[in-house]
Amino acid sequence: MKKYYIKAVQEALFEEMERDPRVFLMGEDVRIGCFAATRGLCDTFGEERVIDTPIAELGVAGAGVGAAATGSRPIVDLMFGQFLMLAYDQISNQANAMRYMFGGQTRIPIVYLVQNGTGPALGPHHSNSVHPLFMNIPLVKVIMPSCPADAKGLLKSAIRDDNPVIFFNHTSLGGMKGEVPDDGAYLIPIGKGDIKRQGTDITLCTVGLMTNVCLEAGKILEPEGIRAEVVDLRSLKPWDKALVYESVKKTGRFLAVDESYHTCGAGAEWVASVAEDMFEHLKCPPQRLSGKEIPIPFSPALQKYAVPNVEAVVDRVKRMVGRGAPR
Amino acid sequence: MDKDKLIFMYERMVLIRKFEEKAALLFSQGQLAGFLHLYVGEEAVAAGVCAALNEDDYIVSTHRGHGHLIAKGGDVNRIMAELFGRTTGYCKGKGGSMHVADFSKGMLGACGIVGGGIPIAVGAALTAKLNKTKQIAVTFFGDGASNEGSFHESVNFAATQNLPVIFLVENNGYGEFTPQMKAMRIENIADRAKAYGIPGVIVDGMDAAAVYETTKIWAEKLRAGEGPVLIEAKTHRKSGHSEGEQAFLGGQAYRIPAEEELARSIDPIDILRSALIRESGATEEALAKIETGAAEAVEAAVAFAKDSPFPSEADLFADAWV
Repeated sequence: MKKYYIKAVQEALFEEMERDPRVFLMGEDVRIGCFAATRGLCDTFGEERVIDTPIAELGVAGAGVGAAATGSRPIVDLMFGQFLMLAYDQISNQANAMRYMFGGQTRIPIVYLVQNGTGPALGPHHSNSVHPLFMNIPLVKVIMPSCPADAKGLLKSAIRDDNPVIFFNHTSLGGMKGEVPDDGAYLIPIGKGDIKRQGTDITLCTVGLMTNVCLEAGKILEPEGIRAEVVDLRSLKPWDKALVYESVKKTGRFLAVDESYHTCGAGAEWVASVAEDMFEHLKCPPQRLSGKEIPIPFSPALQKYAVPNVEAVVDRVKRMVGRGAPR
Repeated sequence: MDKDKLIFMYERMVLIRKFEEKAALLFSQGQLAGFLHLYVGEEAVAAGVCAALNEDDYIVSTHRGHGHLIAKGGDVNRIMAELFGRTTGYCKGKGGSMHVADFSKGMLGACGIVGGGIPIAVGAALTAKLNKTKQIAVTFFGDGASNEGSFHESVNFAATQNLPVIFLVENNGYGEFTPQMKAMRIENIADRAKAYGIPGVIVDGMDAAAVYETTKIWAEKLRAGEGPVLIEAKTHRKSGHSEGEQAFLGGQAYRIPAEEELARSIDPIDILRSALIRESGATEEALAKIETGAAEAVEAAVAFAKDSPFPSEADLFADAWV
């Protein structure tokens, strides 16, 4: 049955809270559920397990760490990726480090849940793609799905994982519809990518909303005889190198498409790895399409140029396969 | 007050003192690597608080954490081994002085980020509330940390949730090398409690019995369902912020002369010792035996640490992912 992305997220939360009484949810306005994902959970699980917090990202993120360290399994909803900046200390110095720096005495099973990336003109403080900042922290897992089914299967896995997980729902995908399994045992393993479109001429490596942009580009390229393979990583850390490398072996061309910034962005990591390990399979230099290095501007007329779009992907692919105007 | 309880606190305080003095010596001899923040002078706070707690209550510590762990029943062998970076240390050499922890005793870790441990205690209290266990959580932090955003966010959140947390500020008058009055315009940090609608209490942090009595009262209230409390223990750092700090100071003085004189002249161990003899009938011999025993335990800890192996490269990724 087709369901909205945000409904798939809600189902995952509901099923996992029902399955494990140690799981609880807290954050700003989670009872009301501003993005609808957490709406209604309080009716079933009560205010002890669905906790409306003050707007205090650092304190709440840290309280989650302490709860996880003592045997609970918190899901901390901090709304937007850029709000995670206020919580960065607790995530990058405590949540990820406590198990290791205390010699394995504890584990920190916590999920930080936020929206990430460009939305409907949300402006410079609600549109950035912050995932590379968390890929750069050791010992956290980072996830960003591209469709409802993946969101459900991955969020359930994240909640069951014993490591800290940053779970990014792309801000523009809440209203996306897709088939979602009803099976409560439906899980997608963290770290497994998915080939969303088969192709032979170029590998488009991507994640989140950009997966859908690449799929659109793939459709446009098809009649021109260019078959693009779209690898949706789904998990940014750990990421499915094996799947990407298999694809590159087949296509010989690699383009990273990601909303995050060019410098030290997710695409930089993917391209560097492909260049290091797959050089002999490449027919042309691996390339990146990234977000422009500016705060995301408000005006819809400008935002569309700030991150990769379908036209940019089509154009770059054509150049890489030798069909476009020279760069 | 119950003599056994006073003796118990005396044992822990003396053990902390002997441990810290030994650590200072080892550091000055170049035998310990890294940073070393000592608890000398503040022993009555940790000992008094922890004597009033149950074994399964939680504490969260600071960068000055050896004393808190010893007070909660930590093993000096494993703390010393951690300072030496050995595999037998509490953290198998991964944490060092600033990250000693013993989860089996509810000690959820020392912490190298000022204010970093405060929200963690709030989370431990959330677990206790969720599981209806009647455990409480104490977070120790300094006057300096009370200026951090994490303090404000944590106290306010705990207050709104009525969580069983004791926010225990050890006011030693200095945030690193900066006197308290240069970092805030109030003298009593307990006054900040009012801003969160919770009680704020001041206790003499040099008097272990007073710290114990105060903590006991509030621990019982919290177990009965009363919300958080801010307890300010006025104390003094007999050591500096960090051992070997002269290297950072370039010869500049930072202590306020009158405070430094006071810190030198009063000693929480002497205060408890006198009280034990004067009011509880403890004998010199009995107390001397405690002191000798503590010194021997610390010597044995050093030997244990030095006899323990260093971790190897193969241990680098141990305890990383679950």
